[in-house]
Amino acid sequence: MLPSLYEYLLYLGDNTLILGHRNSEWCGHGPALELDIALTNISLDLIGQARLYYQYAASETAWQSEDTIAYLRDAHQFRNLLLVEQPNGDWAHTILRQFLFSSFQHHLYNYLRESSDPTIAAISNKSYKEVAYHLRWSSEWVIRMGDGTQESHQRMLTALEDLWMFTGEFFLPAPYEDQLPTGIQPLPAPLMQGFWMDRIKEVFSAAGLPVPASPGFQSGGKTGRHTEYLGYVLAEMQFLQRAYPGSNW
Amino acid sequence: MKLLEGIPDPEVPVLNIIDLGIVRDVRVYPTPEVESNFVFHTDRNGLGVTVIITPTYVGCPAVDMIKATIQMTLTSAGYYPVEVRTTLFPAWTTEWLSEEARGKLEAFGIAPPNPVSSVCHLEPFQREEAVSCPRCRSCHTEMISPFGSTACKAMYRCLDCQEPFDYFKCH
Repeated sequence: MLPSLYEYLLYLGDNTLILGHRNSEWCGHGPALELDIALTNISLDLIGQARLYYQYAASETAWQSEDTIAYLRDAHQFRNLLLVEQPNGDWAHTILRQFLFSSFQHHLYNYLRESSDPTIAAISNKSYKEVAYHLRWSSEWVIRMGDGTQESHQRMLTALEDLWMFTGEFFLPAPYEDQLPTGIQPLPAPLMQGFWMDRIKEVFSAAGLPVPASPGFQSGGKTGRHTEYLGYVLAEMQFLQRAYPGSNW
Repeated sequence: MKLLEGIPDPEVPVLNIIDLGIVRDVRVYPTPEVESNFVFHTDRNGLGVTVIITPTYVGCPAVDMIKATIQMTLTSAGYYPVEVRTTLFPAWTTEWLSEEARGKLEAFGIAPPNPVSSVCHLEPFQREEAVSCPRCRSCHTEMISPFGSTACKAMYRCLDCQEPFDYFKCH
């Protein structure tokens, strides 16, 4: 497998694994039972996607498996976007993080369905419909909160201030993306920004939220330079495999 | 095929895996006697089998269980080797549910997916298509949440008989 393809698969899988893990932290803590169930369902979809990308990434080496990829890498080896590792914060942060990511992922998968790599195309095609549910659900919550009470509106503004800075990275290609053979990623990341922005503008305008003028200036996750938060996520997620290597049930 | 019809979906036990439409192919082939180092299988039928299934939702935890059950069922029926493979393409859709399956779902209290498939529309707060209540058949129902007790279901409530119910959502 080409090193660039391998890293790109990690990028796709790490995004969904880490966001899936973050959302799963809400399990048992959701503000209402239906929302708890919604977030854990979304987690399940995301972690399922990660498994498929990892299985594919591991398929050509005998010593690797989806589990070694998930549990035995350290923070600098993760390729996920900085956005997805940010802490859950309040409901506004969790919802906005999901919305910013799903609106990007929906376009990403739409193009990857046409990938020249048949496995990536199949995984994206399969996941595309699931992401539509995530996007619609999170869009509705952004609108409900933004257009809700003064309190909920204020919380959305704070979340926006905290999270917007991580969105520029979506469209900043990592070296491995540039090295991918043409056709694997049918639409290069920078060209997706306009489509993504259309959705953002549409939903933010319904929510009465401003579209920040500042660029999303934070980056590094795609090449392994993470915020301090990822280490804590991994410490919790990987503890069992690190303490009791190879254990399973 | 008959054996596979005996394998239920662990999440929706009224449906078997054939009803669900997840079994894409079954290939049976004769095998020469294979020596095993550990157990001498006298009850083998001389046939090997490969079953190809496709997952419903990518994260559905039932898939691993279904694979294990297929392995066990076919092995104890004398097939060796038994291989269960998954394929992602073409992607599963609720349109593959058999007519019989739709009836079974409704009888079980889960509204079957609408025949004209309407997969999640992106428009926020778009009105959902009418889903008929599996208890009283009223179409005067509303969605409580697009996510339910399993990946494949949404939560609804009937505004006439007041019962909440699951809807096997179009996918």
